[in-house]
Amino acid sequence: MSRDPRTEPVITNISRRSFLIGLGAGSLVLAAGFPVLGRAEEEQKKYAGEAMPHGLRDDPMIFVAIAADGTVTIVCHRSEMGQGVRTSLPMVVADELEADWSRVRVAQAPGNEPLYGNQDTDGSRSMRHHFMSMRRIGAAARRMLEEAAAAKWNVPVAEVEAVNHEVIHRGSDRRLGYGELADAAAALPVPARETVKLKDPSKFRYIGRGEVGLVDNHDITTGKAQFGIDTRLDSMVYAVVARPPVYGGKLKSYDDAETLKVPGVLKVLTLEAAPVPSEFNPLGGVAVIASNTWAAIRGRDALKITWDDGPNASYSSDTYRATLEAAARQPGKVVRNAGDVDAAMASAAKRVEAEYYIPHQAHVSMEPPAAVARIADGRCEVWACVQAPQTTREKIAKHLGLGEENVTVNVTLLGGGFGRKSKPDFAIEAALLSRAMDGRPVNLTFTREDDLANGYLNTVAVQRLEAGLDENGRPVAWLHRSVAPTITALFGPDSRHEAPFELGMGFVDTPFAVPNLRLENPEATAHTRVGWFRSVFNVPHAFAIQSFVGELAAAAGRDPKDYLLELIGPPRQIDPNSLPDSWNYGEDPAIYQVDAGRLRRVVETVAEGAGWGRTLPKGRGLGIAAHRSFVTYTAVVVEVEVSGAGEISIPRVDIAVDCGPQINPERIRSQMEGAVIQGVSLATVSAATFKDGRVEQRNFDGYRITRIDQAPREIHVHLVPAEGYDQPLGGVGEPGLPPVAPALCNAVFAATGKRIRALPIGDQLFA
Amino acid sequence: MVTLQINGQTHEADAPDEMPLLWVLRDVIGLTGTKFGCGVALCGVCTVHLDGTPVRACVTPVSFAAGRKVTTIEGLSPDGTHPVQVAWRDLNVAQCGYCQTGQIMQAAALLSQTPNPTDADIDNAMSGNLCRCGTYTRIRAAIKQAAAATGGAS
Repeated sequence: MSRDPRTEPVITNISRRSFLIGLGAGSLVLAAGFPVLGRAEEEQKKYAGEAMPHGLRDDPMIFVAIAADGTVTIVCHRSEMGQGVRTSLPMVVADELEADWSRVRVAQAPGNEPLYGNQDTDGSRSMRHHFMSMRRIGAAARRMLEEAAAAKWNVPVAEVEAVNHEVIHRGSDRRLGYGELADAAAALPVPARETVKLKDPSKFRYIGRGEVGLVDNHDITTGKAQFGIDTRLDSMVYAVVARPPVYGGKLKSYDDAETLKVPGVLKVLTLEAAPVPSEFNPLGGVAVIASNTWAAIRGRDALKITWDDGPNASYSSDTYRATLEAAARQPGKVVRNAGDVDAAMASAAKRVEAEYYIPHQAHVSMEPPAAVARIADGRCEVWACVQAPQTTREKIAKHLGLGEENVTVNVTLLGGGFGRKSKPDFAIEAALLSRAMDGRPVNLTFTREDDLANGYLNTVAVQRLEAGLDENGRPVAWLHRSVAPTITALFGPDSRHEAPFELGMGFVDTPFAVPNLRLENPEATAHTRVGWFRSVFNVPHAFAIQSFVGELAAAAGRDPKDYLLELIGPPRQIDPNSLPDSWNYGEDPAIYQVDAGRLRRVVETVAEGAGWGRTLPKGRGLGIAAHRSFVTYTAVVVEVEVSGAGEISIPRVDIAVDCGPQINPERIRSQMEGAVIQGVSLATVSAATFKDGRVEQRNFDGYRITRIDQAPREIHVHLVPAEGYDQPLGGVGEPGLPPVAPALCNAVFAATGKRIRALPIGDQLFA
Repeated sequence: MVTLQINGQTHEADAPDEMPLLWVLRDVIGLTGTKFGCGVALCGVCTVHLDGTPVRACVTPVSFAAGRKVTTIEGLSPDGTHPVQVAWRDLNVAQCGYCQTGQIMQAAALLSQTPNPTDADIDNAMSGNLCRCGTYTRIRAAIKQAAAATGGAS
């Protein structure tokens, strides 16, 4: 093999050596990485994983190590937060590698994107972007083991075959285990990417089967699993922080006399407030350091603090809702326009209008944000439950004035993430506090009260829809105004419109076949930190649109499922650029079109699975909704029962999903089940509301989430099969959520005749 | 100094009487399988057994635990083979896994009292244990499977 300079590894030898040492001696040590892209290719517009920061890596020497005893260690570079990524990505590598899953161990990568490629575990992207690179890693390592065996036996490599953790020469019935071949394989060059031969999918052992158990099952069920909050280091101290309760507020004065009397309290110190907009930076405040978390909390309770609440002190959900409604009743920035809506509306046989309200949502991951940091010899080491370890590393390096190479971010398990842990504010706090404690390890924990008071909430939205129907009840005109503060206000003070990635979440990419259609986005000003929450802006957009479809069906006297299918229109591919949706979840519009046929198919699948149209007793109803998000198609049917007193129960939910090829169907089912329950939570009980600039809910008594007795009793997941593994993959973690709330509210309408237009349902149905 | 019997072992912990058992377990003794979620007995992730009865460690003063047998997830079974743990793995109940140690302790206590629980029994016993990932349908199924495995379903 010739040595092209471009095939040289992109990482330094030092970082590679330290990584391999971390995996222990006897590891497979390979010689060179895959070729990097040529210049011409780099100049083309990039999509998918290649367009993410640091792109994709598929070098087996970075991701695979084989010990002399045959133990295969596979690196997972994405964060595990319940989606099963530590099982599913290594499973793909193991399958291509022909590894015996029982002899595979998974090692978690620290934050290091130059080495591992993109690690932002968000946007339902892990399998969608990394399936092929994981396959290439496994296939390249398998090829090297085969070459090593062929060389030992002095036979052509075509005569040997890797099968289930050993290489076999059938002609002579010889076999060598992977452990015996590891050293020799390590001495071989990595085959060039274009020469790597992937398995025929008919030979898959694990992919597509859903028979592999979770790699962390034993640790989770025995209490050994290590989350961010569980990190324990010698001489470690514990910290909580009193942060400004109002976004943009500052510390005016504080008195810590009583705090310092609390046994166990070691130190009280202040953290500087970041300027607004605060991005991912800590909000500042007063930190209490103690010998245990409880003493720190008690010490904080004893602080007497006066805050300057700043410009958001009057933020109140009641008045803000009125502000959003007023904006929704005026023309706004036109983001999509087809035909002549005003003329069609004027001549319509019937007009329908409705306004929907969706409050802020809090992530409330069961593990609150937590991190441990220590600083020694000019190096900072962090253990944290972060979705974006590279971003965490960069931000900590900047805050401490260190080079990135001197910051290590170890990724623990995440006790839930849902987008909250994409923001590393809490890990930065831990690092700043460690520095203030002369480098001593500091375990920084958010209490639940902190999690609610200082989160990055999902947006709050008013969605106004108007439609003109013809004499047959078909919509001829459609006007939708979406008003919601944007996440980009975290980064720029003048951001008042939804960004392309927010507009493209089920708003401008609406596939409905309506000849006259106008979408508008009036201004909204953020008064708190708005951040990514599972499914993000798809939540308000889908709730409004799919509820409105139910309202139109009722106005037209039509079956809601038939009406929805008619509105989607005939199977066809819609170019996202034509809508215009310039974002398309970062995917190539030529590959990922808006596919009305696939949306129809999930509707038809879920309707059949749920027994749509079946007769129900009085007080029960079925509701349906469908949505495309994260380039995946989902549809939900909810069966609801509403008691005479107005109490809701949910006997059954059906959800159909078409996410393209199903790599780990077992985890896809699990994600859909979880999304259904989270959707029921936000539809029925969850809301974060503000008064005087402060979040009113302090714990799970105020911010309620669904409990087991209120959860759907049965959830049936219907997986729509793909035609092959070369079809484009869709996301899995988020797309289950958006259609749940509108399907539930459509079911409530079917059961009671009452239309819910504001979430959560709460006591709106009470007699 | 308080003396505790935890998972069959004696521990001396330097902690004031009113300190919640949760923080003694986690921050003083170093048993981190018992989790912090709310601090006020609203979420159940800190569930442990006191003399076999499930309690929320976050609101249980350590002085109340002294003289009682404390069982945490680490001591539910010597090798992780309690029928509830086995069923949890069998059905891949966990998503993020953070709440599951509390769920398992609560479910184990339920089955010790009610070997063959109805859906209503499960609702009653488990509705204090929150799961944000939404694993409730599998939790219910796993409890029934564990009940069947131990002969409860007769």
